[in-house]
Amino acid sequence: MWFEELLIAIKHYLVLQMPGSLQPVGSAFLSCLPIMTSFGGLFALATLLERKMLGRIQNRYGPNRVGPGGLLQPVADGIKMLTKEDIVPKNADHLIHFLAPLGLLVSAMLGLSVIPFGHRLIALDIETGILFFFAVGAASELAIFMAGWGSRNKYALLGALRAIAQMISYEIPLILSALSVLMVVGSLSLSDVVQAQSGGIHTWHIFTPWGFLGCILFLISTLAEINRSPFDIPEAESELIAGHMTEYSGFKYALFFMAEGVAMFAMCALTATLFLGGYHAPFPILSFIPGPVWLFGKLTSLVLLFIWIRGTMPRLRADQLMEFAWKFMLPMSVVNLIAAGIWVALDGGVAAWISSGLLNFVAYFGWSRILSQASRFSPRTYRYAEEAGVSE
Amino acid sequence: MIGKGILKGMVETARNLTGSFHDPDRLTTVEYPEQKIPAKENARNFPFLIYDGDDWETGLRCVSCQICEKECPPQCIYIEKDKEKKPDFLGKMQMQPKIFDIDVSVCMGCQICVEVCPFESIRMDNDFEYAGSDRFKSLLLTKDQLAKSNKYYHSIHPTEAQETDEIRVQKREDHLAKEKAKAEKLAKAKKEAASKAALSKAETAKEE
Repeated sequence: MWFEELLIAIKHYLVLQMPGSLQPVGSAFLSCLPIMTSFGGLFALATLLERKMLGRIQNRYGPNRVGPGGLLQPVADGIKMLTKEDIVPKNADHLIHFLAPLGLLVSAMLGLSVIPFGHRLIALDIETGILFFFAVGAASELAIFMAGWGSRNKYALLGALRAIAQMISYEIPLILSALSVLMVVGSLSLSDVVQAQSGGIHTWHIFTPWGFLGCILFLISTLAEINRSPFDIPEAESELIAGHMTEYSGFKYALFFMAEGVAMFAMCALTATLFLGGYHAPFPILSFIPGPVWLFGKLTSLVLLFIWIRGTMPRLRADQLMEFAWKFMLPMSVVNLIAAGIWVALDGGVAAWISSGLLNFVAYFGWSRILSQASRFSPRTYRYAEEAGVSE
Repeated sequence: MIGKGILKGMVETARNLTGSFHDPDRLTTVEYPEQKIPAKENARNFPFLIYDGDDWETGLRCVSCQICEKECPPQCIYIEKDKEKKPDFLGKMQMQPKIFDIDVSVCMGCQICVEVCPFESIRMDNDFEYAGSDRFKSLLLTKDQLAKSNKYYHSIHPTEAQETDEIRVQKREDHLAKEKAKAEKLAKAKKEAASKAALSKAETAKEE
């Protein structure tokens, strides 16, 4: 905890140096600054890491030309993006077209403000932290629609509608799976959620029946929510024009990707906070390592998992995506909520473990069996024209 | 069960990810400017001119007969004859090119110039690194850029170069045989003429 206390002391010292009228603004600024700079930098590194790792998955070197081992690749990309011409369509709604990428980035950054990065190290410690997170997260849908509408391009508009349909569909299992944690902890404050998992690895929520399924559902919904592969139909660079980003170029286009990256970090940080013990060390002996290090470690491993998933899975079709959301994710998250309710009613313990675990297990296997018999989820069978002709 | 296939796929990609670090069979990338795969023997790109010996100007085989220039389908060769002649490998005085240009931006690498050349002087190169900063000048190869030694030809296309050398040896032998036959014929004719002259001399002497 010494590290967190040191940071807070430095902040207090700096705030006290300011004139009195500036102190509230200065304090807020000093709280925002580390988040904005560190996640901006982290995004740059993550792009490199992603390209490197995807390269290795495809048995090639990633970018390795700029700087030692390609380390300066993000800088080169940034310079390239900044020097590109910023084209705004003649008939576009200039204000909305301009505000959309900013709105997306702001909504992603705001989500990070309620994440506890360490003991007392939280920019905005409010009672309803998780509600705030999902509220500003939902604002990103507005920004995407602004981008689609403001471009005055029918493809951009359709792309935005497609993106919003997906994000709204996956928001439901996302929030329902997060709700299981809130039910058990009994608080909307993320500091309380982290505090409930302070006792070491066995108290982490992922190691409970409802937490395990909830975490998986949450991660899948997160992938869809931040438009990442395999749910990246809104962008789908190899199949469609870039959806709501069609009419964007130059730095605004880069801002979209930055917003996507920051949203990914925010979601991963929230996953780590809800299910993986937040900034706590897995074993109390290791708690001399500062909390932010643990949180960033968990966050980075989740980002690596996302990159791994991106390197593995093909893109879902729009109807498959919707079916998966409504037919699988939603029922499973409701079942998980019931399992969490059983856990709360039985107050933990062996009986709660068995009953909620059994419920989740039976629901998962039973439901996936039922769905596998439905034609959409089973391997495709092809009916050729000749055979059809013979049978008639 | 939903999710089993996904897990299988994840294991596969993880194997690729780790395998690319220790298994050279997986990571087959050749990083071009630093590493190069040696060209296959039959690889060919653009033509070049062969010279014998060490000095490219005196050893150049081309006699500027302009057959290649006429045969070239995209007409990328430009030749101007020189007024001065120089001896070829048989010792005969031959023409030589004053200007011999090949525009490699036009050349299509069809090898027709190689096939029509009666003096084994133009052959295909396998060099492909012709990128230049100038659109026109750097791709217009002049005589001095085109001239490459027979040793170089042996190094890039050994089998073909061997065949070419054999043709030239044969030519030299033929030439020598021809010269010999010519010389013999000449000597015979001389002898006959001499004997004839002697005979006629004797006859005139008789008549007198």
